[in-house]
Amino acid sequence: MTSEMNKFDTLLVANRGEIACRVMRTARRMGLKTVAVYSDADVNAHHVREADEAIRLGPAAARESYLNIDAVIEAAKRTGSGAIHPGYGFLSENGSFVSALEQAGIIFVGPPASAIAAMGDKSAAKARMANADVPLVPGYHGDNQDDALLFEEADKIGYPVMLKASAGGGGKGMRVVEKSAAFQAALEGCRRESRAAFGDDRMLIEKYLVQPRHVEVQVFCDAHGNGVYLFERDCSVQRRHQKVLEEAPAPGMTLELRQAMGNAAVRAAQEIGYVGAGTVEFLLDADGSFYFMEMNTRLQVEHPVTEMITGQDLVEWQLRVAMGEPLPCTQDELTITGHSFEARIYAEDPDQDFLPATGQLTRFTLDLAGAGLQSDQVRLDSGVESGDTVSMHYDPMLAKLIVHGVDRNAALATLNRALAALDVQGVITNRAFLQRLATHPAFKNLELDTRFIERHEATLFASHNYAPEDYASAALVGLHQLTQERESASPWDRHDGFRLNAPHTVRIALSDPKSSQSSENESPLVVVEGQRNPGEQSWRLTVNGQTFSASLTSLTGDAVAITLDGHRRRLQVQRDGNVLILVDPDGETRLVWQRMDAVDHGQHEVQASFTAPMHGTVVALLVEAGASVEKGMPLMVMEAMKMEHTMSAPANGQVENFHFKAGDTVSQGDVLLDFAPSE
Amino acid sequence: MSMINSQVNPRSDLFQANADAMLREVSKLRELNATIAQGGGIKARERHESRGKLFARDRIDHLIDEGSPFLEFSALAAHQVYETEVPAAGVITGIGRVTGVECVIVANDATVKGGTYFPLTVKKHIRAQDIARKHRLPCIYLVDSGGAFLPRQDEVFPDRDHFGRIFYNQATMSAEGIPQIAVVMGSCTAGGAYVPAMADESIIVKEQGTIFLGGPPLVKAATGESISAEALGGADVHAKVSGVADHYAENDLHALQLARACVSRLNWQKRGRLAMQAPEPPKLDPSELYGIVGTDLKKPFDVREVIGRIVDASNFDEFKRYYGDTLITGFAHIHGHPVGIVANNGVLFSESAVKGAHFIELCAQRKIPLVFLQNITGFMVGSKYEHEGIAKHGAKLVTAVACAKVPKFTVLIGGSFGAGNYGMCGRAYDPNLLFMWPNARISVMGGEQAAGVLAQVKREQYEREGREWSKEEEEAFKQPTREQYEHQGHPYYASARLWDDGVIDPLQTRDVLGLSLAAAMNAEIEETRFGVFRM
Repeated sequence: MTSEMNKFDTLLVANRGEIACRVMRTARRMGLKTVAVYSDADVNAHHVREADEAIRLGPAAARESYLNIDAVIEAAKRTGSGAIHPGYGFLSENGSFVSALEQAGIIFVGPPASAIAAMGDKSAAKARMANADVPLVPGYHGDNQDDALLFEEADKIGYPVMLKASAGGGGKGMRVVEKSAAFQAALEGCRRESRAAFGDDRMLIEKYLVQPRHVEVQVFCDAHGNGVYLFERDCSVQRRHQKVLEEAPAPGMTLELRQAMGNAAVRAAQEIGYVGAGTVEFLLDADGSFYFMEMNTRLQVEHPVTEMITGQDLVEWQLRVAMGEPLPCTQDELTITGHSFEARIYAEDPDQDFLPATGQLTRFTLDLAGAGLQSDQVRLDSGVESGDTVSMHYDPMLAKLIVHGVDRNAALATLNRALAALDVQGVITNRAFLQRLATHPAFKNLELDTRFIERHEATLFASHNYAPEDYASAALVGLHQLTQERESASPWDRHDGFRLNAPHTVRIALSDPKSSQSSENESPLVVVEGQRNPGEQSWRLTVNGQTFSASLTSLTGDAVAITLDGHRRRLQVQRDGNVLILVDPDGETRLVWQRMDAVDHGQHEVQASFTAPMHGTVVALLVEAGASVEKGMPLMVMEAMKMEHTMSAPANGQVENFHFKAGDTVSQGDVLLDFAPSE
Repeated sequence: MSMINSQVNPRSDLFQANADAMLREVSKLRELNATIAQGGGIKARERHESRGKLFARDRIDHLIDEGSPFLEFSALAAHQVYETEVPAAGVITGIGRVTGVECVIVANDATVKGGTYFPLTVKKHIRAQDIARKHRLPCIYLVDSGGAFLPRQDEVFPDRDHFGRIFYNQATMSAEGIPQIAVVMGSCTAGGAYVPAMADESIIVKEQGTIFLGGPPLVKAATGESISAEALGGADVHAKVSGVADHYAENDLHALQLARACVSRLNWQKRGRLAMQAPEPPKLDPSELYGIVGTDLKKPFDVREVIGRIVDASNFDEFKRYYGDTLITGFAHIHGHPVGIVANNGVLFSESAVKGAHFIELCAQRKIPLVFLQNITGFMVGSKYEHEGIAKHGAKLVTAVACAKVPKFTVLIGGSFGAGNYGMCGRAYDPNLLFMWPNARISVMGGEQAAGVLAQVKREQYEREGREWSKEEEEAFKQPTREQYEHQGHPYYASARLWDDGVIDPLQTRDVLGLSLAAAMNAEIEETRFGVFRM
């Protein structure tokens, strides 16, 4: 192939979300026309708005749209796209797709089908890696899949072992087996999952490293036989094998180890005739030995951290290589500058077992100025904007927040600031969870391993006990908002607590949004009283008997400065309806604020006795006397005026006594039963 | 509109001295208010609180829209009047906004003598009702009172404006379509029982509110029946058996929430109509008021400097600027409301009086509310003025003031002496509301003049009797009169007796007037018919 033949001026991006936007950004910069594809759920998605042209693929379901090879190829033909960038996920590692493109004469921005196939089959891949002198985790990758043999091999390797589907990926068909007794059950489970996910139940067994770090090396090869590595990334913080935080370079690497791993990675790629961007994943044991795990034949989600430390644009490299050009740099020309982190922003609720969240993003902004950050320190690769809808159809990752600093500590501090500057409303995200991760002392102290989240569960998910200062800060923001609220020009329509010859007083009621959702009882309210004399800027706040002199100054963007007793702190103030979210680099305070006059003071008294509403007959007793019942459970039916009246439990509790039995006649006002609520 | 051109020099010694003196007066006022706000003292407060009851002021805070203004009336009522202090006369009154509706609130303070009615308590309660009627404001009574203060029954029971007038007012206001809402948060004994009973809607607090014509001691004495207050007239009785109360509340907060709900259901609409403008704060700095006015009534100031620090954007369109210039008249806006301002800038002459009458006629014709800024020693005296008929010219002004049916608001910003008080809409001329600044003084004439007049009479008597009267003796004779006038003319003395609706910080004047105007717009502005002007 001559390089001329490979030139293209229109690039179709067969993906959605942040990666589609990110690829198109570089393509546009290189002078290419960009084409997006979309499903019915994405008609007005961010990536569609960013593209020069866009083609509908089909219904929302991915297999009918983004995974529909024929539709994607048809879209490329319709738009005259000379090349297709697959992004990650979807068709990015699909051998049949690549073959179909080769047949259609459309350039695939990625490795040849043969390389994908070589790495797609994990067992075969390991054999070839061994060939190329790439170190492998002790394990069994044979074709003989006899249960007894696998059991024997697992014993040979030594427990714990990891069972993996040969054709697998993404955590499916994977299981850790701690001891031989559990092997058979785990094997059967894995096979079932693997059959369901990949239509293939072949297994491989590997030694399970107890405290391994996940270190991956970015490699790049061109069609001219050149190969380089762009150093490594550490992706140790994962939950259920999904990466959450990534960084580059990997902490604690020596020059020798970096070279050894880099060279091994390039050897691995060249062994299978790789072209383009690839990632070779290694497990790095505590003693410094590393083992080949797998190779991802695509651009990784976390590629930006590599870009941040090398100053290279990996998508540009991909496109140049796809155009047949040689690699832009030689190994000697590549250097590492500083440190970078990436945090993945997911629409999910970490407090509810990471349940994916959907809805409309009423706000999605990054207030860099408010957080005191420079734009060259922070990069937001986002697939959404304010107003976009997060649907249930696709991966819940919304964006990636990438930061750069002179060293790891500086980059981490910037990450914390940047997370605080991210204002997402309308959809729950893992933002606060990421903050807890990134501020965790163990993370700062490099106690990294892939089970970081599990081991620190207690502290990462700890429920908040807010300090009086937190309440004071939230109340101050509430006061500030309330005192500025005006619906009309009437002087009565002001909320600064105007009083004659006396300090102005305003009260704010605060409550924890979690507790008000979960508990049936009214959530405990913290009432903060603010007082100040006319003309004064600062408030005297009283929180649970503690007083603060408090003032608020608005800064750039969402940022405010809150001064409590002379201690000034800078915070980002975000609002989600009535929920106030005060964020600083150490974390967030999330409280519902209410005007005091909006608080419901009715105690909704639980009735302890039931009286007959009118003269009638008892039809039936529905529970035994002494029975414990739940709120709303019917207890007794009486008939009066030809109508049946059902008495239901007003709360959880116990029916102490019925005063009548079925068939008895009762008079209006007769006590029918005694009820004891359980609280 | 033209902006007032200020000549004030805030760096001058006089300004500084004035500012310091006024600040001292305002500080005293705030301190006194803080003391009064504590109600009946620590013991009574502790007992009140131990029963799970909120204090009267806290009840009001929870009744009105959070953070919204409360325009309190006569906090100084009964101050140093009775042998023991009765802070605020034991009842807190004022205008507050409840679910967006301005209401008059009357809240008994049970920490003050059990919330019993002293003569001034009655007067204050009735004054609040008068304000409600005049402004057409719904009334909310937060009742917690032992009824009349029995030792002074002769001063609270029998006369026209005594206890019975409260219920007369409830009935007649209800008849006028002014809602009457009662919240029974404590005792409602004897006559007090009629407050909820006469209300359009009433709320009672469980195990706390009681309503009965005769309390347990009276029942025991009269019939021998022994019964607890709760069983005699508690919430369960009245909400479930007697029907005297309409709503059953769990506690104070719940009761106030129910009262708010009542107001939200009134289908309330304001009837006053004014061509409003977007409000603008004054361009001149209101904090300079202290330094401009000071506390020495003998030091004159240009009242335009005061007007410019009260009205929107400091804009004031003067009427007849060059005629009768000891009375300033003109149009301005306060918190967006158009107003006609009548303000003294010296002694009243015939021209100023006629000018004032003319201006009031204009405002009445156009239905523009009037604001009077009183700083008046009186009408000019002397043969020249009597001969030119200053009495009939002054009478024109008094007639105009008396008959004008537009809302009228009076602020005593300096002296209020003699017939000047009448011509400038003093209490007798039924202004919607009347407030005093702490530097103001009110009496039939200045203490010095009164002492002078009395001394003159005395001297004539001595001369008739052929007796000598030395300068020293005359001084000694005059001194008690001066002291009496100073004492009785003081705003605290006046406010204690409800000659006004409160003593206010000059800095709050603009807001007080704005709130008053907005509240007055609940009522329709009536047509004015003037009496005979003597020409």
